[in-house]
Amino acid sequence: MDAPEPIRETVNAVYTSESRRVLATLIRVLGDFDAAEEAMHDAFRAALEQWPRDGVPANPRAWLVSTGRFKAIDARRRLSRFEALDDRDDASELGSIDPEAWTDKASVEDDRLRLIFTCCHPALAPDGQVALTLREVCGLTTEEIARTFLTPAPTMAQRIVRAKAKIRDARIPYKVPEASELPDRLDAVLRVIYLVFNEGYNASAGPAVTRHDLSSEAIRLGRLLVELLPEPEALGLLGLMLIHESRREARTSASGDLILLEEQDRSLWNRDLIAEGNGLIERSLSSHHFGPYSLQGAIAMVHADAREAAATDWDEIVRWYDVLLRRAPSPVIELNRGVAVAMRDGPGAGLAIVDAILDRGDLREYRLAHAARGDFCRRLGRTAEARVAYQRARALSHQEPERRFLDRRIAELGSSG
Amino acid sequence: MKYVCLVYLEGEKLHAVPDRECAECSDGFRRRGLLVAAEALQPVETAATLRLRNGKVSVTDGPFAETKEQLAGFYLIEATDLNDAIQIASKIPPIREGSVEVRPVRELQP
Repeated sequence: MDAPEPIRETVNAVYTSESRRVLATLIRVLGDFDAAEEAMHDAFRAALEQWPRDGVPANPRAWLVSTGRFKAIDARRRLSRFEALDDRDDASELGSIDPEAWTDKASVEDDRLRLIFTCCHPALAPDGQVALTLREVCGLTTEEIARTFLTPAPTMAQRIVRAKAKIRDARIPYKVPEASELPDRLDAVLRVIYLVFNEGYNASAGPAVTRHDLSSEAIRLGRLLVELLPEPEALGLLGLMLIHESRREARTSASGDLILLEEQDRSLWNRDLIAEGNGLIERSLSSHHFGPYSLQGAIAMVHADAREAAATDWDEIVRWYDVLLRRAPSPVIELNRGVAVAMRDGPGAGLAIVDAILDRGDLREYRLAHAARGDFCRRLGRTAEARVAYQRARALSHQEPERRFLDRRIAELGSSG
Repeated sequence: MKYVCLVYLEGEKLHAVPDRECAECSDGFRRRGLLVAAEALQPVETAATLRLRNGKVSVTDGPFAETKEQLAGFYLIEATDLNDAIQIASKIPPIREGSVEVRPVRELQP
């Protein structure tokens, strides 16, 4: 393990750039997550021993896959001295795979897609999908994932162990879904990516509004997916995330407080990210096979195009929301449409929409519904109702900057009413 | 990252797993560069527990735990993260007779 420093650096650099590809291919070759992970680690350890002596191979990725595979065969042989190889593949079968198949670019990229679809398989629990994707596809450690989700590491470890056991026991195939099931399966992948992004962009708990590391992992995943499978909704989701990300600087004050979209200093918005996001969303919209992510992207684009809040084309935003509601009806989207309607037609129209949602029993535990109701009532001068709504929102919020924001709103209402 | 895998067994099961198997396991870990150290321990009856109080060292017999399982041995391993450590620890043979506790090592902050 005591390799000379330059080689150690080379191996580390190869680990960073190639370990996810090597893992993805080894899972296919060995047919087992745990065996593939072991084989990959063994291959990198072998690199530390052999590369100083033999030189760095011309194709490190192929070397690592082939070495990992031999290590796995070796491990199985040794295991077979203790227990019968009941339902395991025979080691000799592993030897029959064509070495060419590991090295060509197309099959390696296919392996990365297979890995993404397997980690986001609908048979896995949603928190297991997220944990597994971050660990296997993004290469985060269990401890890093646990820290970003403010979860104890053993809890996170358990989710990963359970998800892997499920893949093994349910014999979830390691493949890219057929065209017929692709829309549903892609949807599951996009949901995981967006969940990771939102947890980073709008942290549900903790001291800060945003957790940059998770957002950037989600964007990396989004880019990878667009590179491997440029479906309209993959483009739309990446575009949506990039436009949200463009506002990061403007979204919080120096003291870490939340600044609403209409109050943000728009000169702080990252125009490069907006341009890239707009391009992706336009590509998706022109395909005519777009869905909810591209539509949310279209709405984000309208905001991004307004140089100041007062110049926002609320009519266009409401129209996009109408399309979105038809395509993907949900109380949260209805609420967001209500906010846009309030901007276009006044707070009374918004209040009618949010009250209709709450009256039928939806979103009663959703802090943003009560915060919106508080805003509409405040603007209508119904101070007492506004205070009750803000207090309800505050009680439901677990994020400190958001609570401070609501405290300010409550204080601004004064003691009247 | 270093993790310690603490093997717990009931007293009467200390020899339930053949030594040869445990040695094979350690050798395998060592060959793969995972092992920092591993030892099996004598039964808890052989232990002495020391305390320094008011400048005086006191010595008592073994730890008087209520539980039937006792610390039977340990493996100090090198792993990339907790799940990697769990995967390695799941191969420790006495796991089928007792339990293995996996704990990350804490770096001292002098």
